[in-house]
Amino acid sequence: MKIPSNILTLIAGIAITLISLWYGQNHGLMPVAASSDASKVDEIFNFMMTIATGLFLLVDGVLIYCVIRFRRRKGDQTDGPPLEGNVPLEILWTAIPTVLVFILAVYSFEVYNNLGGLDPVYSGDGQAEQVASNHKGHDHSHMLAMAPQSRVALGIGTGADNQVSGVKPLVVDVKGIQYAWIFNYPETGIMSGELHAPVNRPVQLNISAGDVIHAVWIPQLRLKQDAIPGRDSTLIFKANVEGEYPIICAELCGSYHGGMKSMFYAQSEEDFNEWVLANAPAQPESEPVAQLSPAALSEGQFLAPYAQEMGISSATLAQVKSVVHQHNML
Amino acid sequence: MSTEATATLPALHPKRKWTDYFTFCTDHKVIGIQYLVTSFLFFFIGGSFAEVMRTELATPDPDIVSPELYNQLMTLHGTIMIFLWIVPAGAAFANYLIPLMIGAEDMAFPRLNAVAFWLTPPGGVLLISSFFVGAPQSGWTSYPPLSLISGKWGEEIWILSVLLVGTSSILGAINFVTTILKMRIPDMDLHSMPLFCWAMLATSSLILLSTPVLAAALILLSFDLIAGTSFFNPTGGGDPVVYQHLFWFYSHPAVYIMILPFFGVISEVIPVHARKPIFGYRAIAYSSLAISFLGLIVWAHHMFTSGTPGWLRMFFMATTMLIAVPTGIKIFSWCGTLWGGKISLNTSMLFAIGFLASFLLGGLTGVMVASVPFDIHVHDTYFVVGHFHYVLFGGSALALFSGFYHWFPKMTGRMVNENLGRLHFALTFIGLNLTFMPMHELGLLGMNRRIALYDVQFQPLNQLSTLGAYIMAVSTFPLIVNVAWSLWKGEKAGRNPWRALTLEWQTASPPIIENFEEEPVLWSGPYDFGIDSEFVDEKESLEEMLAEVGAESR
Repeated sequence: MKIPSNILTLIAGIAITLISLWYGQNHGLMPVAASSDASKVDEIFNFMMTIATGLFLLVDGVLIYCVIRFRRRKGDQTDGPPLEGNVPLEILWTAIPTVLVFILAVYSFEVYNNLGGLDPVYSGDGQAEQVASNHKGHDHSHMLAMAPQSRVALGIGTGADNQVSGVKPLVVDVKGIQYAWIFNYPETGIMSGELHAPVNRPVQLNISAGDVIHAVWIPQLRLKQDAIPGRDSTLIFKANVEGEYPIICAELCGSYHGGMKSMFYAQSEEDFNEWVLANAPAQPESEPVAQLSPAALSEGQFLAPYAQEMGISSATLAQVKSVVHQHNML
Repeated sequence: MSTEATATLPALHPKRKWTDYFTFCTDHKVIGIQYLVTSFLFFFIGGSFAEVMRTELATPDPDIVSPELYNQLMTLHGTIMIFLWIVPAGAAFANYLIPLMIGAEDMAFPRLNAVAFWLTPPGGVLLISSFFVGAPQSGWTSYPPLSLISGKWGEEIWILSVLLVGTSSILGAINFVTTILKMRIPDMDLHSMPLFCWAMLATSSLILLSTPVLAAALILLSFDLIAGTSFFNPTGGGDPVVYQHLFWFYSHPAVYIMILPFFGVISEVIPVHARKPIFGYRAIAYSSLAISFLGLIVWAHHMFTSGTPGWLRMFFMATTMLIAVPTGIKIFSWCGTLWGGKISLNTSMLFAIGFLASFLLGGLTGVMVASVPFDIHVHDTYFVVGHFHYVLFGGSALALFSGFYHWFPKMTGRMVNENLGRLHFALTFIGLNLTFMPMHELGLLGMNRRIALYDVQFQPLNQLSTLGAYIMAVSTFPLIVNVAWSLWKGEKAGRNPWRALTLEWQTASPPIIENFEEEPVLWSGPYDFGIDSEFVDEKESLEEMLAEVGAESR
């Protein structure tokens, strides 16, 4: 009696382990990972998915087994065994989750640190000029970086423009307004409703908001950062898969929040240069509005039907442009 | 709902008239039922809002309701379900059960108790009346600056009604703590209290420590809104992130305020219907306190993509993950209670087992979203919506139904119709999984939350979710019919139809006005099932079996 039940338990344990290991890698729930950092996030998700599947099967297996095996028979009015606990077992099921969450916390910390989330420049107070020196210590020069504590806007287009391991990051100023994203490329003077960037080159988004809180979310990069009025924030990433990825506003910003979308075109160097040539104003100061209108109007068929209702027009965008240039003013 | 007293009880006691339930009555049992009925009325309102939202989301275009109305419904759905259904329903059980469970005649402060209840209906009516001036549309989180610019009076009404129900919650908590600590019958020490009382102790301390902070935040927000101050308004130099900190300092503990009472309910239901002592009484009792302590230091995990420095994100990640430990202890202990028991699969027990299965999922995804790198991807997406609905509907609400069916005979003196109850369970359980499971995938793939219009690629999963929501709508019919039928024609319940051991079952069903004929006798612990039979051999083998399961989970 005893040995077969042991073997059955063992078989169940092996089965649960194998199913979890398989499902953890093959859930297919994530979209394309367009950067190596995104793949790191996926790895942590796969790890959590493996453990979660195991625990799910274990607990639900126990529940189903209990319901079948320990159901009260008709007419049986007696009680079950007066078992009030089992200290070793309780210690075991306290210790196992503790160890698991400890491992998970350390792992998450590692991944987050590698993303650059703990970089002193962007995760706390700091000068934008420090970017270069801090980047040198990193294997990955692309970092996820966060809102500075100070009210000082980052040195847009100046400090961050310094060499980063030899590669200049493409700096893009992103401004969220109800209900559109405005991308300003200080390097080339382009203003657009879309984000264009070459793959394999770091991109630094300097994020600000014009009215309410928005959030930049690019699912394929697994990155998200709130755009908070009065507090500029930064995202740095390096896409490595060409493609067109949605840029979604992830923080409720009003009635047409669901329509606040743009596209991120991760392009080859040549395609990107072509786009720059086609869109760059002859002289950055002259008539930027003329450049702006076609880009903003072609901004995805999705928004088109609502543009009228939202009050987005080339005129309003032109107004916004003047605001974009005054980053400290909010 | 008067009922004949059981044979042992002389029918001399005055009984409650139905009109008593509409008055300022200080009887904790009346107040408990007032809370319960009120909360269910709001459940139906909040639920119908959810059905409109799911209907809207069946198609990618905003065609059924306008995006403005969608946001209003969404804001009120969240606010109603939290502040007017789950929280008052927890207070309903606490009011009804605590004095009965500890052998007291009433709560420590009966008048305060009635005041606490009577703040709730005005709060709720006020909230819904906001539709007349343009209901709030900035979500139940009401983040400024959005909340400051999307309809002044709707927002102000939202603030006032949340302040009202928040005050009610604080007054209730004062009562629960005092009653539990001071009014137990002399024989009952803290460790022979039913676990529901432990859970309410943990809940009440959370309410007392965190709700005043929400009140402060909302009053400041109100100044910004009405008086033009700039506490949180960036155009005047205020900081919207400070509001987020203050808001979540309450609103994360609020999650535990909404789940801990129902952990208590489950700890009562499972031993009775499994005919076995609760597995690890002290572990369950102390883990409630651990959850409530940790619950106070995890709030910024709602702000991982907001203006928070890196080290802070790491700290809140660690504390958040740590909560999995006491929560895991509870789940394993409940499974241990079921193991080897004699489980009767009545409606109450079905809901309790359904709770275990679906709360588990919410807990597992909860650990996932604690991980900062992963949360940065899924924050404010449908993954989070799926997660917290598994916690609050799969968790709190299923346990609420479990407790409702368990104590219905005590509260009304009538048994429920088990077949209708099982139908209610089946529809609810299928509906909830169909509604909330696809949301996880939607969020991971890129669907953000709080939107009336979405990308067409997400339509199939959304339609599945909408279908589930309709099944849940249908599931309320067996519930309503069952309650009406049972009150009118249900089999009369004796004192103790479940043969339970806690004190509330020692008096009549429904209990007489001052609860007990004479001081109740504590003749056993709350869960001492099986002590009058010999199971020496079986106990041995059972422990071995349990050890095997534990070893296998390694």
